[in-house]
Amino acid sequence: MQRFRLLKDKILSKLMLVLTLASVSVVLVVGIGLYYKSIPVLDKLSWWTLLSSSDWKPMKGLFGFFPFIMGTLWVTAIAIIIALPLCLLTSFYITEYAPSRIRKILVPFVNLLSGIPPVIFGVWGVLFIIPLIQNHIAPHFVEFSTGYSVLAGGIVLAVMIFPLIVSIVCEVLNTIPRELKDASLSLGATKWETIKKVSFRKAKPGIIAATVLAISRAFGETIAVLMVCGNNAVSPHSVFDPGYPLPALIANNYGEMLSIPMYESALMFAALLLFIIIFLFNIISRVILARLERRLAI
Amino acid sequence: MTNNPHISVQHLNVQIGNQQILKDISINIPNKKVISIIGPSGCGKTTLLKSFNRLLDDTADVKITGKVLVDGENIYDPKAEVTHIRKKMGLLSQRPYPLPMSIYDNVAYGPRIHGNPKRSELDELVETQLKATGLWNEVKDRLHAPATRLSIGQQQRLCLARGLAVEPEIILGDESTSALDPVSTSIIEDLFINLKEKYTIVLVTHILRQARRVSDYIIFVYMGKIIEFGPTEELLLNPQEELTKEYVKGFIS
Amino acid sequence: MIRRKIEENFFRILMVLATVIVAGSFFLIVGTIFYKGVPFMNLDMITKIPGGGFYIGKEGGVLNAIVGSMYIAGGATVLGLLISVPVAIYINMYLGGKSALANSLRIAFDVLFGIPSIVYGAFGFLIMVYFGIKASLLGGIVAVTLLVIPILVRTLDEVIRTVPHELRDASLSLGATRWEMSKVILRQIRPGIFTAILLSFGRAIGDVASVLFTAGFSDNIPTSLHQPAATLPLAIFFQLGSPVEEVQGRAYASALILTIVVLIITILSSMLSKRFSKNKIQ
Repeated sequence: MQRFRLLKDKILSKLMLVLTLASVSVVLVVGIGLYYKSIPVLDKLSWWTLLSSSDWKPMKGLFGFFPFIMGTLWVTAIAIIIALPLCLLTSFYITEYAPSRIRKILVPFVNLLSGIPPVIFGVWGVLFIIPLIQNHIAPHFVEFSTGYSVLAGGIVLAVMIFPLIVSIVCEVLNTIPRELKDASLSLGATKWETIKKVSFRKAKPGIIAATVLAISRAFGETIAVLMVCGNNAVSPHSVFDPGYPLPALIANNYGEMLSIPMYESALMFAALLLFIIIFLFNIISRVILARLERRLAI
Repeated sequence: MTNNPHISVQHLNVQIGNQQILKDISINIPNKKVISIIGPSGCGKTTLLKSFNRLLDDTADVKITGKVLVDGENIYDPKAEVTHIRKKMGLLSQRPYPLPMSIYDNVAYGPRIHGNPKRSELDELVETQLKATGLWNEVKDRLHAPATRLSIGQQQRLCLARGLAVEPEIILGDESTSALDPVSTSIIEDLFINLKEKYTIVLVTHILRQARRVSDYIIFVYMGKIIEFGPTEELLLNPQEELTKEYVKGFIS
Repeated sequence: MIRRKIEENFFRILMVLATVIVAGSFFLIVGTIFYKGVPFMNLDMITKIPGGGFYIGKEGGVLNAIVGSMYIAGGATVLGLLISVPVAIYINMYLGGKSALANSLRIAFDVLFGIPSIVYGAFGFLIMVYFGIKASLLGGIVAVTLLVIPILVRTLDEVIRTVPHELRDASLSLGATRWEMSKVILRQIRPGIFTAILLSFGRAIGDVASVLFTAGFSDNIPTSLHQPAATLPLAIFFQLGSPVEEVQGRAYASALILTIVVLIITILSSMLSKRFSKNKIQ
């Protein structure tokens, strides 16, 4: 009986090992698979051309990804510029000023935000943000705008990353020892001065990690951005211009990619680009957070 | 015992949540002397200390009644300006908490907040306070290094220098040597003895030997009440109250 | 001093404003969805499939999408569990939870967690092409399973780690094998497993990019794994832009249904995890 139990344990452990390695290797397989599929287009055009050219004429075999990279960058930048200050202020309020009654009500709602599927954000964007921009914001700045713009994409993305940034920053702020803040207060500093000069400094690595994570989330967000960005294959020059981020490019054109030669390869290359960038950003932020954790655990 | 006490506590009651931590405390802290607050763990010593610079204000569920007069003014008066009160007192915690900045910036922190000092004034101030706490020679070559690189004993002296830089009148120490090695401890104890020429010093300690070495007066607190108050030698060698006798018994033998 | 007070009050107001915006955006979004979706909600909407083609047909409802989403999310969750539970157990029980190897595996899964669903969708598509699978229920399930595995592994891992070491050691010292110990732990963390299931189901049902290439779309409810399946998110995506008002209405209704389902899941899972941690052995 004993031998059987031990044997079962051994077999199952080998099985689980296989499953684990298989799951993890998905990362590699995905990367390799995408690269393999990108080879045709990489053979024809150099990495440099692909990344810097603005000629996007799939029929002629010209694939310049620059406008899409710019679209992604614009949308992400706008999202971070909007979200970071708002989230920092919110996190400081929640951890330092809010009475516990209010905190208990606030926090769940920020968390509920994180559960909402991206497509719902997209619908909200179309129904609320687009008209807002078209009718109330843009007229102050430009002649005409449909509202479908990188600004819309940025706003929608910002709301999507609110919970991510707030939860990480709050967690980091909560690890700052009470006595450190007391030390500053004892010197006659106000609460706000303490936040500005002590808490914020101490939390900086965590804030950076949260930002990096938020950027990588923003890069990869497909559907919500697609629905409000206008999807025009031209680099944006103002926040009211439409944009065409990389994920939107892939999502919009999968249907046609099989009929035009090399289109599929080009789109797979776009996916590969996304994969690499997000992979790197993810690792960077995880490393920062892990180092923080280690430093605090001492 | 004293005319013109620096701090005068009148019927102070502190309740946190459902627990009454301090019960009807009334005591006068004499000027420019070292006073030690002793008592068993959890009896309210630290709470009493923190009530002096209103650091209890942010504790959840706290109710404070009574008066604490500093220089004759009630610090718990609703119209009182908290940061001004806190500036009058320097607090040294159990473990040193250097601010996340350089040694120089730690000491300069207070002065920068309260005014707009010129660089030369700050330089002078930093040097003076670091010298006063015996740190100058050890750190003068690395003033802009992060404060966290110092040893614990040095950090605690830095915190003291930092506190002195805002020109307080009173120094509060909450078991401020319990995290330090014997050498650093005796350095800080000597500092306290020297500083009493200019400042009133109130220390919480559970080390009776330290209380005896350093202080002029001792307050014995038990279960949130002041049991006895008197000059050091008298209280330790000839305690009047039963409870005090019990507590110092081991020490005297 | 006055300047300091003014600065403090100024930022205090700013902070409250920011918090209102951040927390309030939830209400704004859900409110918009309800506002637009409720007028189109009726019994027909959830019990019928679209009549006359989903893009221009004026009749019927979104039953095709509801059922399709349930199939895909359910299938992916089940498949995902079958893979993730052994993995989480392996990392914690067989690799000794805290070892370097265990931690590097955790990082690997964290990275997988961060990969956007469109990459999984594109990759899923590649697999389908390679194996000759058409856009179908099967394709959708495969792609969403890939998406869901890192979520499950991460949640299960966190939950298993809350089981105090002493419990494990006690059992092992009684002579149990690691597998037998694992079974005990699994029973102990049942609420945690439910939380993981809820979380992954919620993610699976709402995701677009992973099913976009792989599940296809259809007016009908799929009767076999090889038929294309409609999903709520795609139903929204495809029908939102239609010129026909009733079709748009189906999109809004789908959005409402999806939102309600996901909100319920989120609330349930956070209630569960709160209850779970209360029962933790301290």
